Amino acid sequence: MHSEPAVEVTGLVKRYGPKTAVDGLDLTIARGTVTAVLGPNGAGKTTTIETCEGFRRPDAGTVRVLGLDPVADAAALRPRVGVMLQSGGVYPGARAVEMLRHTAKLHAHPLDVDALVERLGLGSCGRTAYRRLSGGQQQRLALAMAVVGRPELVFLDEPTAGLDPQARRATWELVRDLRRDGVTVVLTTHHLDEAEQLADRVAIVDGGKVIAGGSVEELCRGGSESSLHFDGPAGLDLGSLHKVLPDGAAATEPSPGSYRVEAPLGPELLATVTAWCASVGVMPERLTVRRRSLEDVFLELTGRELR
Amino acid sequence: MTTYEPRPGAAPVGRMLLAQTAFETRMLLRNGEQLLLTVVIPTVLLVLFSAVDVVDVTGPGKRVDFLAPGLLALAVMSTAFTGQAIATGFERRYGVLKRLGASPLPRWALLTAKTGCVLVTELLQVTLLAVIALGLGWSPQGSPLAVAALLVLGTAAFSGLGLLMAGTLKAEATLAAANLVFVLLLLAGGVVVPLSKFPAAVQPVLELLPISALSDGLRDVLQNGAGMPWADLGILGAWAAVGLGLAARFFRWE
Repeated sequence: MHSEPAVEVTGLVKRYGPKTAVDGLDLTIARGTVTAVLGPNGAGKTTTIETCEGFRRPDAGTVRVLGLDPVADAAALRPRVGVMLQSGGVYPGARAVEMLRHTAKLHAHPLDVDALVERLGLGSCGRTAYRRLSGGQQQRLALAMAVVGRPELVFLDEPTAGLDPQARRATWELVRDLRRDGVTVVLTTHHLDEAEQLADRVAIVDGGKVIAGGSVEELCRGGSESSLHFDGPAGLDLGSLHKVLPDGAAATEPSPGSYRVEAPLGPELLATVTAWCASVGVMPERLTVRRRSLEDVFLELTGRELR
Repeated sequence: MTTYEPRPGAAPVGRMLLAQTAFETRMLLRNGEQLLLTVVIPTVLLVLFSAVDVVDVTGPGKRVDFLAPGLLALAVMSTAFTGQAIATGFERRYGVLKRLGASPLPRWALLTAKTGCVLVTELLQVTLLAVIALGLGWSPQGSPLAVAALLVLGTAAFSGLGLLMAGTLKAEATLAAANLVFVLLLLAGGVVVPLSKFPAAVQPVLELLPISALSDGLRDVLQNGAGMPWADLGILGAWAAVGLGLAARFFRWE
């Protein structure tokens, strides 16, 4: 239906004083997809999202959202794009349902407010003022406000930060339903499992650039591949195992009695290893195949030090 | 089952304006400190100073004939300046203005709604003060048109200054400064203390304050039955032009 992407960012640069928050970032997001933007704190995620939302002007590069300029065409874009800020955005004295109802009134064909309130469990907020709601309730209200106008595209900045597991599930379900009905979703998150669960595409941002992008499967493929683990008696002679393993494979004993085999993974490898175990009279306990997770990829790319 | 299938669109602008004005007014009337400032203080001052002979009033008629115009001016200042500055400052601080900037509501419509909210509140204040003053024997003179012109220009002048403060200072600084200015102008702006009681040297300066122009103009009309108080309207117009102009130039939305 639409061949042009929902979001197209090319060479985006954004500086705050001497600090360069975004440094030549490229990102293309296809319509109807869920994209997770991952990155350490300060990587430039929020700045990028807020530039797409029209809150910031690029210092260099171009940003197109639904084919339009977020600053120059703001009036045309605002009804079509749903926005969930990382925090705030609600009158401190407002009650959750009345704020949502008001937001709905600014749109021509809003969702049914009562159904949305029930779905996100906002009915229990009652007459409590926004500033006294729990962090999770505030998050869910902000999410509801982002989708109530039936947008084509929603930007969710850390939608599940501070949510309990139930609320997190409810948010995931909503994102899946949005995708099912053709809404493009762009979300930032620190939860890598969230990206694995929800995202068609992942963009890993660090130092103001996208340093890796693709589907979760594409990102997890390659690199050190996967590995096979088993437990047995300590001090087995791995020399005889190496003789039967394919070239380039490595078997190690990282801790006594715990073994790790790194090699291109397949049923043959499994058969080779278990046959070897049988030949030396060892029962391989807790035999597991570990695939590279998104977390492994993320830490490999962005480093392990705290920042 | 709910469908989330996109069906975007802004509501008609008239409906947005009405909804935003009603919402802002509801938020304002729910706020206890705000009500103290806009309703309780002017009312108490009116009743107290009409009944008790602690301030020297000037001009013809009863005490209330001097006091009522001053407290109408105070009511305008409390809502258009102090209340609006504090509320808008905190809306800015809590990202309300930023989030509304991403909604279909245009910015001009947000500011128009804020003005509408101020005018609705002032209408309630003026009605309440007028009823109480009439109960205290107030006999207003002059033309309602001149009164309306003063109230509208006064609102514009104070709104500009309030928005300038809210859009440039931190919320806490706005809270402190708006209250301080309120008290200073209450005392030195001819609201309850006639300007003629101040030293002659400072009177010409005090007369140029927006609150002095508003209370003096209202008193000219309502107490003395004067026609259009052009000089006071001129002062208010100048403040409105400067305040709104600077606010438009320097207001920061987040």
